[in-house]
Amino acid sequence: MIKIRGIHRSFDNKEVLRGVDLTVNKGETFLLIGRSGAGKTVLLKNIIGLLRPDCGTIHIDGVDITQLSNDKLEKVRLEFGLVFQNSALFDFLTIEENVGFFLYQHTKLSRPEIRKKVTETLALVGLKGIEDAHPYELSGGMRKRVAIARAVIYNPKILIYDEPTTGIDPIAVDKIVSLIEDLHQRLGITSVVVTHDLEVGLRLADRLAFLLGGRIIFEGNKEDLKQSQDDRLIQFLKGSSGGPIKEMEV
Amino acid sequence: MKLFKALAQLFHYLGSLGCFARDTVGWLLTKKRKLKDVIREIVFIGIDSLPLVSLISFFIGIIIAFQTAYQLRAFRSEIQLATLVALSMVRELGPVIGALIVAARSGASITAGIGSMKISEQVDALEAFGVNPLDYLVVPKFLALFICMPILIIYADCLGIIGGYLVGTTKFSINLGLYFRMTFQALSGKDILSGLVKSISFGSIIAFVSCYEGFRPFSSIDVSRSVTHAVVRSFILIIVFDCILTAIFYFVGV
Ligand SMILES: Nc1ncnc2c1ncn2[C@@H]1O[C@H](COP(=O)(O)OP(=O)(O)OP(=O)(O)O)[C@@H](O)[C@H]1O
Ligand SMILES: [Mg+2]
Repeated sequence: MIKIRGIHRSFDNKEVLRGVDLTVNKGETFLLIGRSGAGKTVLLKNIIGLLRPDCGTIHIDGVDITQLSNDKLEKVRLEFGLVFQNSALFDFLTIEENVGFFLYQHTKLSRPEIRKKVTETLALVGLKGIEDAHPYELSGGMRKRVAIARAVIYNPKILIYDEPTTGIDPIAVDKIVSLIEDLHQRLGITSVVVTHDLEVGLRLADRLAFLLGGRIIFEGNKEDLKQSQDDRLIQFLKGSSGGPIKEMEV
Repeated sequence: MKLFKALAQLFHYLGSLGCFARDTVGWLLTKKRKLKDVIREIVFIGIDSLPLVSLISFFIGIIIAFQTAYQLRAFRSEIQLATLVALSMVRELGPVIGALIVAARSGASITAGIGSMKISEQVDALEAFGVNPLDYLVVPKFLALFICMPILIIYADCLGIIGGYLVGTTKFSINLGLYFRMTFQALSGKDILSGLVKSISFGSIIAFVSCYEGFRPFSSIDVSRSVTHAVVRSFILIIVFDCILTAIFYFVGV
């Protein structure tokens, strides 16, 4: 379970997060939505400890990771898988070494075993025959799918997807949505998904939250969403430029 | 006031660099490495630097030979040329020139490499998958420089001495046997030791400065700035350390 309380984070006097409270239950798929620049990626990076909050607490299964030393944090991270918004594949490694990175680093599996697992995982995201290519030889959408494969291959307890479906064609999107659903149902993985694709997001999500102005202004399940009377949320879901949220406001 | 601020910044920089070096050595001692990773760096840092190091140290040897011959002519003792070339190459010029070449060539590319990984979030990705960037990126490069520099510098010394011999034999007809006998007579174990200590220190300086600068950029403009900083700061630290080490060796009589 992820329990976030009162997270503040700013960059050079610019306050991005101003007191975020959020709870993600064990085994659920949680959707985080918000405008571009609202700080979703910053929040995700705080959860996995790549950024440290200025104040506030983040409990992962009861342990406050904001208090941990870097060494201990490194251990906690082994339970996480993260899909970066920009994929962030390792340029100097082949696709096989990228996808198998965690297994090469943290397990004693042999090379052929890892290669077999890599091929299987790439098939899950709809890719094959690219094991020996390098990231720069792939298209943006293919890179994104490789990044997903890299994060899911070792079945981490918590998976964080930052825009898993942007830049990906509709057929592959379906494949990825099924993959996320399958991991969730088969292994009971806790997932946090950030996406601007509300259709995909709502298909996946058990619960969701809306980040605006550095705070969570809505948190609940899909029923709560339908009932919600918050003008700002209604405007965001409808996607209209007129309403209480001004054009420049994030 | 300005001076005070500059000094404070200097010490701050040296302090952070020191912490960086301490953490790197900490990681070096805690884990076993794969030989393959270190060898890849050695090939890149050491072997690929050979042509440039050869060229420059060979010419430096020739230049010192002419320069000393010119001064020795006054005493009609051109025969001492071998001694002077050997001593200045091994004690001073070999290590310094070698280090400057490696700093400009390999140091710059280390910074650019790590810097571009940093701005494309690959360094974050390493951390996200439970791998420490110091351990994964810095330690193999440090080890490679630590191993390569002494070898590279002994090699540079030899080429410089060969350059000196060329001048000695063509201009002053000193024969091969005599030249090398004089060279080895001139060099004591202490001279070679001081050359080695210098080369290892300079190698470590290059590794720490260029990796440390690599982790600083936030954008591609920062990367080019970092590369410049890495080279300039390595140069400065190398010369300052050279001065300190030379003074120490002089006073303790090594
Ligand atoms: N390293 C950084 N230094 C300075 N400012 C930053 C940094 N990272 C993020 N920001 C700022 O934080 C704000 C939120 O950024 P973030 O990337 O979290 O947005 P986002 O919600 O993920 O947007 P998008 O949907 O476009 O991905 C932005 O205004 C950005 O300028
Ligand atoms: Mg983002």
